[in-house]
Amino acid sequence: MSLLRTERLTKHFGETRAVDGVDFTVNEGEFLSLVGTNGAGKTTLVNLISAFLSPDSGRIFIADRDITYAPVDERIRAGIARSFQLVNLFDDLSVLDNVALAIFAREGKTKRIFTLAERDTAVTQEATELLGQFGLAGKAQGLAGGLAQGERKLLDVAVAYALRPKLLFLDEPTSGVSTRDKAQIMDTVSSVVRGGGITAVVIEHDMDVVFKYSDRVVVMHEGRFLADGPPEEIRRNHDVQTYLLGTDV
Amino acid sequence: MSAPQAPSLVRRAAAAAAVLAALLVVPAVASTYQTQLLTYGLTLAIAALGFNLLLGYSGLLSFGHSAFFGAGAYAVALMMRYLGVTSMELFILGGIAFSAVLAALFGVVCVRHTRIFFAILTLALSQVLWTLAYKFFWITGGTDGLRVPFSKLTLLGGLVDFPGADAFAKFITAYYYYVLAAFCVCVALMWLIVHSPFGKTLQAIRDNETRARFLGVRIWRYRWLAFLVSGIFTGVAGSLWVPLNGLTTPDVLYWPQSGKIVFFAVLGGFRNFTGPIVGAVIFNYLEVYAVAVTEYWQITLGVILIALVTFLPSGVVGSAARLSARLKRRREALP
Repeated sequence: MSLLRTERLTKHFGETRAVDGVDFTVNEGEFLSLVGTNGAGKTTLVNLISAFLSPDSGRIFIADRDITYAPVDERIRAGIARSFQLVNLFDDLSVLDNVALAIFAREGKTKRIFTLAERDTAVTQEATELLGQFGLAGKAQGLAGGLAQGERKLLDVAVAYALRPKLLFLDEPTSGVSTRDKAQIMDTVSSVVRGGGITAVVIEHDMDVVFKYSDRVVVMHEGRFLADGPPEEIRRNHDVQTYLLGTDV
Repeated sequence: MSAPQAPSLVRRAAAAAAVLAALLVVPAVASTYQTQLLTYGLTLAIAALGFNLLLGYSGLLSFGHSAFFGAGAYAVALMMRYLGVTSMELFILGGIAFSAVLAALFGVVCVRHTRIFFAILTLALSQVLWTLAYKFFWITGGTDGLRVPFSKLTLLGGLVDFPGADAFAKFITAYYYYVLAAFCVCVALMWLIVHSPFGKTLQAIRDNETRARFLGVRIWRYRWLAFLVSGIFTGVAGSLWVPLNGLTTPDVLYWPQSGKIVFFAVLGGFRNFTGPIVGAVIFNYLEVYAVAVTEYWQITLGVILIALVTFLPSGVVGSAARLSARLKRRREALP
């Protein structure tokens, strides 16, 4: 059953066709990888779906509800969350507060003005448990700005995950980290996301990571879909070998 | 990142209790003049608390807080002049209402912008109010202002008044405790606000607006609410200040008053809770003694401001906290 659907989704930046009439479907429960060379349109597509950018034309549906022009907060309520290619955290807040804030936002508690945040034991407990799942329990009281790059990547995903979305977009969760950290991050993310029954779309450049963790791979090239299928099929695809596997990767 | 570690809640409570104990004995050990000076400092500290909800916790620099300070002051003066009110409690309620309405309106205009645009808008709107105070002189008294004599004032629902020959000393002592109580309430309320989910959300918006938006936070609503709360605190400060001063003039609405409030935060340090409070009290003494020593007192304050920004960008309290953290680390490193 499809959770997300786009119809002829288009975004141009001047002469550049970043996303060019894309029909994209994400099925419930799958762990999908969106791959392509730099400038293929992967991040733009995610930006359009998450309301970071407005489309020039086309429609976006989540569970058959048209969200093409819905603002960010409405899309989040509809079940879409995302992490960012460049880590986006609240660096001057503690690691625990970063996650707790997402939970407060999800629960509609951020307008509470005369209660102490730390006295909300349900939120604190959930945030602590979630940090444990992401292997960050020991860092809970430190500042987010003091974490190492790999830990920041994990926290970035944890903050988005704390919104308990139906559909989670992860924009290059392993970029800028060592090969060893990549495996650790993807093991953790994959295990937590799959365990939580959340549908995930991962933008990734490392094809070893893509083939190891994905149920389905969608390849983009110059704003369009080049191929779409299970990892083994994608690995054998002639166009993918020509444009992707034989070049950047 | 090397931020100083936050002291535990018990240590904070113990420090607050010690400060409060010291403040309670001031009228018994200090002269009437010194008590009066400290009362001024405490009212200004309430304004600084309100201002810092915007600067320190929301990342918005307002150059228009004189508007709310003046709104609180003029609410008292107008209520006394035209409604015959003498109760300080009613004055405070009036000041809250007046400054809240003003902050709500100004906020709608200002909070959709940030940085220099926000600062300029707040400055412009406050100067509109200053001009109105001049132009409507038949209501506001123009440059002469409106008098608020302490002899007409009553505290605690009329239980305390100030008639008689020694009324001034009695007023200063009683009013000091009154302002101290209001200050404690304001500090407790603001502490609660900045540690609430709302306060954490403001800090999140300050640190990373994009990420906050992608948690579903409607940024401008939170900024508007912060602006409102900030305006109310500053309005309360203005209401408490005017009986002490005995007079309000359009000067309290003029931009140098906003500049002073910014100075409080920079002097004490705006990235910590107590910084602006300490900054307001220190500034009050600095200004009074600089005026007494030299007619070029503004130059003195200017030099201090330049020195602060250059050498102590985290302010007096922020720098003290960093120094203390450094010394602690050094002690711990010793075998």
